[in-house]
Amino acid sequence: MASEPTTAPTPPTDSTNHGLRVVVAWLVLSAITTPLVAVYVGPLIPPGNGSVQGQGQVFDNQVMTSLVTPILCLLAVFFAYALIQFHAKRSEALVDGPPLRNDSRVQILWIVITTSMVLFLAGFGTYELLKDGAGGGQGPNPIAFPAHHQSAFQVQVIGQQWEFTYRYPSLGGLESSDLYLPANRDIEIHVTSLDVVHSFWAVELGVKADANPGVDNIAYLQTKGPMTFHVRCAELCGLWHGYMFNNGYVVTQRKFNAWAASQEKIYAAIKPFMDKPPQDGGAPYAHSYLPAPGGGSPQVRAG
Amino acid sequence: MTEAAAVPRPPLWRQLIGFNLLTGIVLGVGGWYAGWFGAHAIAGTSIAYFSESDYNEVSVFLAYIGGVVGFLVGLGFLNYPIQRLRGYPPSLREKETQGWTRYFSLCTDHKVVGIQYLWGIGLFFFVGGLNAMLIRTELLRPNAQVFPAGTYLTIVGVHGTMMMGIMSSGIVGPFANYLIPIMIGARRMAFPRIESFTFWLLMAAATILQTTVFFGGFPTGWTGYAPLSNQANAGMDCYILFFALVGISMTLLGLNMVATILTMRAPGLTWTRLPIFVWGILSTALLMVLAAPVLVATLSMEALDRTAQTHFFIPAAGGSSYLYENLFWIFGHPEVYILALPGFGIILELLPVFSRKPLWGYRLAVAGLLGVTLLSWFVWQHHLFVSGINGDLRPFYMLSTELISIPTGFTFLCGMMTIWRGHIRFTVPMLFCLAWFFNFLLGGLSGVFLSDTPSDVTTHGSFFSMAHFHYTIMGGLVFTFFAGIYYWVPKMTGFQINERLGKIHFWTMFIFFNSTFAPLFAIGFLGQPRRVVTYPSGLQFLNDWVSVSAFCLGISMLIFLFNLVWSLAFVKKPAEANPWASRSIEFQLPSPVPVHNFDRIPVFSSDPYGYGEGPAPSWVPAGAPAGRE
Repeated sequence: MASEPTTAPTPPTDSTNHGLRVVVAWLVLSAITTPLVAVYVGPLIPPGNGSVQGQGQVFDNQVMTSLVTPILCLLAVFFAYALIQFHAKRSEALVDGPPLRNDSRVQILWIVITTSMVLFLAGFGTYELLKDGAGGGQGPNPIAFPAHHQSAFQVQVIGQQWEFTYRYPSLGGLESSDLYLPANRDIEIHVTSLDVVHSFWAVELGVKADANPGVDNIAYLQTKGPMTFHVRCAELCGLWHGYMFNNGYVVTQRKFNAWAASQEKIYAAIKPFMDKPPQDGGAPYAHSYLPAPGGGSPQVRAG
Repeated sequence: MTEAAAVPRPPLWRQLIGFNLLTGIVLGVGGWYAGWFGAHAIAGTSIAYFSESDYNEVSVFLAYIGGVVGFLVGLGFLNYPIQRLRGYPPSLREKETQGWTRYFSLCTDHKVVGIQYLWGIGLFFFVGGLNAMLIRTELLRPNAQVFPAGTYLTIVGVHGTMMMGIMSSGIVGPFANYLIPIMIGARRMAFPRIESFTFWLLMAAATILQTTVFFGGFPTGWTGYAPLSNQANAGMDCYILFFALVGISMTLLGLNMVATILTMRAPGLTWTRLPIFVWGILSTALLMVLAAPVLVATLSMEALDRTAQTHFFIPAAGGSSYLYENLFWIFGHPEVYILALPGFGIILELLPVFSRKPLWGYRLAVAGLLGVTLLSWFVWQHHLFVSGINGDLRPFYMLSTELISIPTGFTFLCGMMTIWRGHIRFTVPMLFCLAWFFNFLLGGLSGVFLSDTPSDVTTHGSFFSMAHFHYTIMGGLVFTFFAGIYYWVPKMTGFQINERLGKIHFWTMFIFFNSTFAPLFAIGFLGQPRRVVTYPSGLQFLNDWVSVSAFCLGISMLIFLFNLVWSLAFVKKPAEANPWASRSIEFQLPSPVPVHNFDRIPVFSSDPYGYGEGPAPSWVPAGAPAGRE
């Protein structure tokens, strides 16, 4: 440190407790805004309540927006106060501020608060993730399941440039380019790809899972009432990536059965050819598409 | 300096002959054709694995490698090694003459390299920005309107790749090269020739990326995911060469910085007296040295996949797409902190000057920078939360990602407590620093949603994440880059930048930056994935709003460009030695800084933040020049 005596003009002593003012204003503002945000803004954040997993994400977003609102308020109050209160007058000569270099109490308080918020967020996120899988792709060996996943309805999503094909192992390997799902059921989605990396995104259901060639990427979903949703590819997959989308439908079990029966009727005409082995003129076909070694393969279950 | 002026200048034509940019371009083009035809002679017509095009990938790679080698030879990078082999004595300095020609050649003066970087990076930043304008033009309508889908993907790819590649050196290149030796009281960088090498290599790389249009562009965006990159046409090779060369440039740049800061500090400059900017650069440089080689290795594997028929990343032949994703993000996540950390350094450096207060919590600020440096190595799989890789490690990566906000919070605390009770002057650089808090706060808080695995399921790969990283990188890096320009360019060039135009630039940029990127959060949540040429028609209003704001942001950049050229090339109002009343050592030197920085090596007695602690100490000893090193 410079050891010469101070010759610069000493700043006028300021007895106002600026810190207290900011803290009070911050607490008041946070107390008002946080409940408003939690009640009115948080629930508006997509994906919405189309599925149990989507609902879980909405709750997650609600908690996180409530948590970040006080942080936003602190910064807003702090900067509004500091920039108005402490700005130099235009005409004023250059005056140095007080040489405050440190305050270990402030540092410790800050570290404790940020650390506890971070640990809470990580703990909360982990809980929400492990509760039901949150709709995300988990790879061939999932770690988070919804309650009734043993009886889940299986759908295989096969990505290729530039469309998704949906295969229903429990319907004898029925394939469709439209995704129909029964309402109020646990669904086990197996996502894979035939060529490059795609990503299956059912927007309003809050489901996303990358489609990697040779990998069985499993995501869980619990549907609710009937609805229409959008499916988009969310990983850049080449020329027509922007056109790789279609609609999907959650329908009642009765309508689903009717749809499956009508599809099977259409399908019946080509099924004999598909079931033939390739050397006898049939297309290479299996009830479910088997990814290459290394990834798991979906179990074919009756029903 | 005066002696140099007394020597009569040779005529222009004589100045153009020699080892300079012109020779470099001529030899570069020659080397390109030599490589192209040489490869055709060696490798026949086509050994492409996936591609159906009839030229072979080997010839593309060898042509560009030949071109780069020719370019560097033409600039004179072989002269010194050859002279040493022939027995000439070692020389530390080259081309440190006066005059404009040194800016177009291999020059070992770190100040010349800094200014070369500033204009070179500025040029390609502008090119990347034009690509952004084209992207927003296309997205004015929900369907493909202006560009075919392939062209659109190339534009998106070039925009992302150019910005990530070039702006990695955006602050380290111009400002660190110029200022680090001065700030630590040295006369040069540790490796001056390597310093120049990194710049010219970067320029060669950026040119190569632009030539991708002659080979059909590339469809992968800046991430270059395999196996899509394996089936892409030869434009992909330009991406691979660009990023690999950028990786080499970044590694060497970082190495040079680390070596300089570790070994060349002047007497008295202890670790707690270093300007915080130097700490910011040191942590960035450590990341560069360790992360960029991974990129070079990854892209070498990708190049082998495309030329020599290896199958590192081709699942159908036993490779793995996960391998590429892992390797890329092991580089890619430290990379985003390579972009952010120099910005932390700049705001912490500038806030004390414009608040007239010492930097608050110096050690905490350093801990924050080093903490981010360390933690950034443990978070990369948050880019792969829904990819199906390591499903059981997701809670760990969620925790490590959120932990990074603690050291980042140190930067916020130190910055905020520095302006607290200060005497704040709203100069243009200060405005950019204050905007950093706003932008980086929104960027950081939106990062909370992306780091949280359940919420990431919806936001991943959507416009939400795109808005997030534009808030952190453009709001964090580019705003501080401009703060640095307004703060240091008067020192670097000796001319003032018009303040009124600077303020117009700031306010238009701040408003339209937020108006451009804030709606993208909503667009992402509502289901628009990144890099699509089409979107649901219901999102057209928001997209149009964003596009119009983006065009206004482009106009704001033109205001800046006009201001810079107008102030530096036409008005030429001389800058004072210390226009900001700063205590930092670079402002104790005349503007522009003389060739050898210091007549005598300074001796430091404190850090440069002693505002309110008595008169500024003078570290630059007067006296006769100590002679050349």
